Amino acid sequence: MTKGTSTIKTWLILGASSSVARAFARRAAAAGANILLAGRDIDDLERTASDIAIRHNVKVEALPFDAEATDKHDLLTQQLEEMPGPLGIFLLFGAMPEQAEIDSDFQLAERTVKVNYLGAISILSRLSPRLERDGAGRVVVMSSVAGDRGRLKNYVYGSAKAGLNAYLQGLRARLARVDVSVTTIKAGFIDTNMSYGTPGMFLVATPDACAAACLSLAEAGRDVAYFPWFWRYIMLIIRHIPERIFKRMNI
Amino acid sequence: MRAKEMRLTSWGHHRHADMIAFRPERLSTLQQAVRSADAESGIIAYGEGRNYGDLAMRDGGRALLTRRLDRIIEFDAEAGAVTLEAGVTFAELYNFATKRGFLPPVTPGTAFVTLGGGVASDVHGKNHDLHGTLGAHVDWLDIVVANGDCVRASPTERPELFAATVGGCGLTGVIAAIRLRLRRQQANAVETREFRVRDLDHFFELMAEHREKATYTVGWVDALQRGRNLGRGIFQTGEPLVADNMKPRRSQLAVPFTFPAGTLNRFSVGLFNEIYFRRVPSSGRQRVVDYDAFHHPLDAVGHWNRLYGRSGFYQFQCVIPDTNARDGIRKLLELVSTAQAASFLAVLKTFGAEGFGHLSFPRPGVTLSLDLPARPETRDLMSRLESTTREAGGRIYLAKDGTMSAESFAEMYPRLERFNAVLAEHDPEGRFESDMSRRLKIRMAT
Repeated sequence: MTKGTSTIKTWLILGASSSVARAFARRAAAAGANILLAGRDIDDLERTASDIAIRHNVKVEALPFDAEATDKHDLLTQQLEEMPGPLGIFLLFGAMPEQAEIDSDFQLAERTVKVNYLGAISILSRLSPRLERDGAGRVVVMSSVAGDRGRLKNYVYGSAKAGLNAYLQGLRARLARVDVSVTTIKAGFIDTNMSYGTPGMFLVATPDACAAACLSLAEAGRDVAYFPWFWRYIMLIIRHIPERIFKRMNI
Repeated sequence: MRAKEMRLTSWGHHRHADMIAFRPERLSTLQQAVRSADAESGIIAYGEGRNYGDLAMRDGGRALLTRRLDRIIEFDAEAGAVTLEAGVTFAELYNFATKRGFLPPVTPGTAFVTLGGGVASDVHGKNHDLHGTLGAHVDWLDIVVANGDCVRASPTERPELFAATVGGCGLTGVIAAIRLRLRRQQANAVETREFRVRDLDHFFELMAEHREKATYTVGWVDALQRGRNLGRGIFQTGEPLVADNMKPRRSQLAVPFTFPAGTLNRFSVGLFNEIYFRRVPSSGRQRVVDYDAFHHPLDAVGHWNRLYGRSGFYQFQCVIPDTNARDGIRKLLELVSTAQAASFLAVLKTFGAEGFGHLSFPRPGVTLSLDLPARPETRDLMSRLESTTREAGGRIYLAKDGTMSAESFAEMYPRLERFNAVLAEHDPEGRFESDMSRRLKIRMAT
């Protein structure tokens, strides 16, 4: 646990067009924070920005950001300079193509790794110096239970998230020295655009419940958390299935 | 874009439809979903599913779930206008507006309706005599039409598309944004007067006396009463006001499961009606109630439609023009009381000016709404109510309807031809289609 202040002045949301991001932004704004919405669909982000500014009377800005365009990530860091700290960073962009499609198209595999893993490293490593300078702040990253074990159904996505989880462990240690917490959210089934229509989902959580958990877990300075909580036990079982059995399973 | 096979139900629970549902969260994906449809698949918007009949569903077709389009795009405090996405509900709008010294201009009997659905049915509230339908307060609409383009329509820009979309049952396109003028009034409560009503003549007396004076008027009728007592009920007026110490209604009861068929029968409903009638003293009473509780009394009970059992219920709502109102309403109530159909939500209310939408329901007169348990004999009663309405020169509300014939519909909605001309221009292939539009032959009619 990291102490440090929980009064985040500005929340930067990376991948802000998703339903969890929208719910998170509304909650953070209701608590009085200014909001920066970063993502690819700038027209859509402008709309969300108006919505939040009107409802909660805080400053909201929409910024263009593409996780894959790592050469442009410095630009975003510069735009952040004038924003008052301490800074909160909520990273939730991701890409989850069908494994079957990835199997027949390496470019999709490359893109999955680029967005989920390299994109996250790129932007977080560039934002870290600012957090270190502030000596306060929160980072919360939407990862996935898929990173806990490589599975037949989504092992490229899972391996990218596993890499991300390991990266966040290291980043957590680095930023703990300046009282900045790094929270890894291992998400199960959330009712988002990304998962919509996927067969076989159960006990699906709403985007708003997920956003509420991300915000409160970040504010509590938690290191790693499963959401919904029971996924901790589901994954405990899944991780302990012997490999020679697991490899024959269809999950 | 991702889609999901879903079984959608109407609020009346008497029908469902298996559909492929899209759930866009932004304008671009909404447009994409519309473009992906064709005349064969059809597509129709579905909001909170508060529609009673088959207006928002098409078995085997595609649905566009609008609930995640829930943003407030602009708020102009000076003009008292707000621009919203179509998935915002009246409950959310009220919460937003009341904190800023405004009220929704019109609110329907349940606040769990989306604004998009409200415009598509051109809904009315208890203030219809004075303030008209929701459509009368809309400055403009952004509509995603069949080719996927998002176009603006207002009384001056594409006025025909505007008049066809307000009350147009989602058949002209999907509403993407609504600019709505709010009512500049600070209120969280309603001061209400309740009168016991002896019979139908007494009802008409009270309605005539108050319809142009009171901001809100509504009547409840005990539809099981016959003969001398026909039309017995409660009449209510109301004025919005600010009440200190008014706690917003919070506790939500919910019907936890679908009740056995026949729970609501003429004995249980008769008992309920007796208690409901006697709760108002014979001399009447005056009190201050929460704004939400006054306008949306049933919202306090979640899933109340489950009370009607697995087979569900039908809603019937019609308006009879003032000239024939007393006779027409009497005949309708006689039909219901003779059948002893257990309707515990019979509502009687006056309407003011006619809506400008080509398929808008209200017109000056008296409206009666009933809910009737869906039993084998109910269909027969429904068709008798329909022909009585037709004979009295009345009109049936499409938002509630699930059984009307195409012939009655064409007779009751004289601006159908103009409506069809708009469809021919903006959706020549017929992408937007629902089970209702097919049942009523809305497109085929000329």
